[in-house]
Amino acid sequence: MENRMSHSKLNLDPKRVAEARELAQKIALDTQKFIDRHTTVTVERAVLRLLGIDGVDAEEVPLPNVVVAHLQKAGKLALGAANAIGNAVLKTGLTPQQIAERTSSGELDLATLPMGDLFEVRAKAMELARETVERIRANRNRREETLKAVGDKTGPLLYVIVATGNIHEDIVQARAAAKQGADVIAVIRTTGQSLLDYVPFGATTEGFGGTYATQENFRLMRAALDEEGGKLGRYIRLCNYCSGLCMPEIAAMGALERLDVMLNDALYGILFRDINMQRTMVDQYFSRIINGFAGVIINTGEDNYLTTDDAFEAAHTVLASQFINEQFAVLAGLPEEQMGLGHAFEMDPELKKGFLYELAQAQMAREIFPRAPLKYMPPTKFMTGNIFRGHVQDALFNMVTSMTNQRICLLGMLTEAIHTPFMSDRYLALENARYIFSTMEGLGDEIEFKKGGIIEQRAHAVLENAARLLAEIERDGLFKTLEKGKFAGVKRPINGGKGLEGVVEKDTAYVNPFIDLMLGGKKS
Amino acid sequence: MSSGLYSTSKKDFDKTLDLTRVKPYGDTMNDGKTQVSFTLPVADDDRAVAAAAQLAEKMGLREPQVVYHKSLDAQFTFFVVYGACEHTVDYTSIKVHTVDNQVMGMAETNEFIRDRIGRKVVIIGASTGTDAHTVGIDAIMNMKGYAGHYGLERYEMIEAHNLGSQVTNEEFVKKAVELKADVLLVSQTVTQKNVHIQNLTELVELLEAEGLRDKVVLVCGGPRITHELAKELGYDAGFGPGKYADDVASFAVNDIVRRGLAKRTA
Repeated sequence: MENRMSHSKLNLDPKRVAEARELAQKIALDTQKFIDRHTTVTVERAVLRLLGIDGVDAEEVPLPNVVVAHLQKAGKLALGAANAIGNAVLKTGLTPQQIAERTSSGELDLATLPMGDLFEVRAKAMELARETVERIRANRNRREETLKAVGDKTGPLLYVIVATGNIHEDIVQARAAAKQGADVIAVIRTTGQSLLDYVPFGATTEGFGGTYATQENFRLMRAALDEEGGKLGRYIRLCNYCSGLCMPEIAAMGALERLDVMLNDALYGILFRDINMQRTMVDQYFSRIINGFAGVIINTGEDNYLTTDDAFEAAHTVLASQFINEQFAVLAGLPEEQMGLGHAFEMDPELKKGFLYELAQAQMAREIFPRAPLKYMPPTKFMTGNIFRGHVQDALFNMVTSMTNQRICLLGMLTEAIHTPFMSDRYLALENARYIFSTMEGLGDEIEFKKGGIIEQRAHAVLENAARLLAEIERDGLFKTLEKGKFAGVKRPINGGKGLEGVVEKDTAYVNPFIDLMLGGKKS
Repeated sequence: MSSGLYSTSKKDFDKTLDLTRVKPYGDTMNDGKTQVSFTLPVADDDRAVAAAAQLAEKMGLREPQVVYHKSLDAQFTFFVVYGACEHTVDYTSIKVHTVDNQVMGMAETNEFIRDRIGRKVVIIGASTGTDAHTVGIDAIMNMKGYAGHYGLERYEMIEAHNLGSQVTNEEFVKKAVELKADVLLVSQTVTQKNVHIQNLTELVELLEAEGLRDKVVLVCGGPRITHELAKELGYDAGFGPGKYADDVASFAVNDIVRRGLAKRTA
């Protein structure tokens, strides 16, 4: 593999890095064989959404769910929902939305509609898909043009969350945060949404610890941030979560509404939400294809390993997982510039020299993934309610962010572990970060690390352990590894967890026009 | 604005500690010095500062000093205010419910179980309801524990089952029966609009309906849980911030012995 690392301040062995990367590639390719043979209910619902099907029935069941359930019941899902819709459009002359509505009301039975010539059906599906693909391309172009016009920020992007449960209140908070200097606004999802096997519809005003991810909520927040950004002469990025049981559907909604950043990590769902691994690996593949094409930066969830496992001892699991996530992203055509691989500043404040180790690990990630917009997470596990010390912990985190040039800096809140952020908490976090990034600007370039010193040795040890773990995973396969509990100390059985019933083996005549049109994330 | 800040002249109040009239301590007994911060939904100007001072007075902070104010948005201003609290509390008359048994270390607890219970104690734990956060339950149960306190999984005489997050109360009770649990730990970390209260109450009702409530030690924990709240909700104990596996284990095994639950009924 090519050597992408430029000068290493940590004297990392480029050969060892290349070996690790190669192992990760083998692991991803092995899993990809399984992925390629399967589709899932949410992959097909995402296809329907991208074909223009939206809305809910009288019981508030989303129409994409109605149609997919209908096809699954009739045993027709293996062909892909695009085949069914393409065929129905040819046979009835109706639009996909009308077909969904009539399927819902019972006027139309997709299962008994005779299947036309597969070549023509496929051509129709491609034609329908192209329209949406162009809309997404236009969204991507608009983002790029705006960033070009107003200029994109160099250095860390300041990422803050809003989490009121009410999209309208979220907007008030987001506007204030943008004014105070936030570059990325993440709307935290309501607790439990990751386990819903459907995406709620419309604007929502109730949630627990967050706000439902719905297409309308996406649209409302996007419009507000565009307006606020317009006034400030900046482009404010919008982030949401395409993780859980509806990864590709949320990716589709995000692509349609021009979100810029998406949490997107199957491993996270497996480990922390007990989502079935077969299901979510297939879901992730399509969601990453969509994100890749839409120009969306994905964020992976390795930082979470360190909230359950020990941040010092388990550091290599983060690196190993980043390598694997990188390769899965490559397979989905997602360019490095959109790989927001995750890691975190989570060591126990009582650990002597902890700052040196954190600095070593952050610098290591920076050097191993030089083009990736790394997502760096602030301390959460050892935030105690002592807001004054918490503010210091966050300051140390900001210093590492600055010195190692992390791209997406998720700002820590002094009230972490107490409540979802107040408007003033966010202000204090932004002020803290802006102060540190300004006063320490350029320090990273001035620093060289002592040869054979603590920082260099720490990075070498983590890389070595990660490479060894990758060799083990390559031998056992990813699914087996997850069963053994190698990540975050959590064990997950291959047939356990949520969502397995939504996995379907593809027919040889299966069609998903969006994979054909989007794979590669190509601009034209 | 710092004119009064370092003043040492105005200390004509009684400086004797009176536990029936306790108030905050800054640097002199009974000075009442208190700091608060808050945001008002008004523009940052002189009127806003006056409003913050007036509000502080209504909170019982005499001679309020708005030491910092900052516009957060056109119609939002953040304040940091100091003042002298005029309220007092009678410390001597306060009674609190605390978990009042001696906290034992891991080895001691293992020994206690061997001697007084004579078999392994089964403990199940989960973050129940919609709560997806396992930080709390992990800190108590995971092998590694938290802040130097080993988790229950490491206790030789405890069979610990961490069921993870988003476990429904029904599922939790089912597991309790299946695993013949002696102790049930419920964690509630991130909750909004008091959903944790409702969820905790529901579990008690469910256990009562199943006739299990008296047969198990029921414990809850989380950043917003106090022992008093736990008792009120029908739990045997509640553990808030700063409590570790040792606290939970010590209480649980003592309670088993105290209530004569050591002998398996099933």
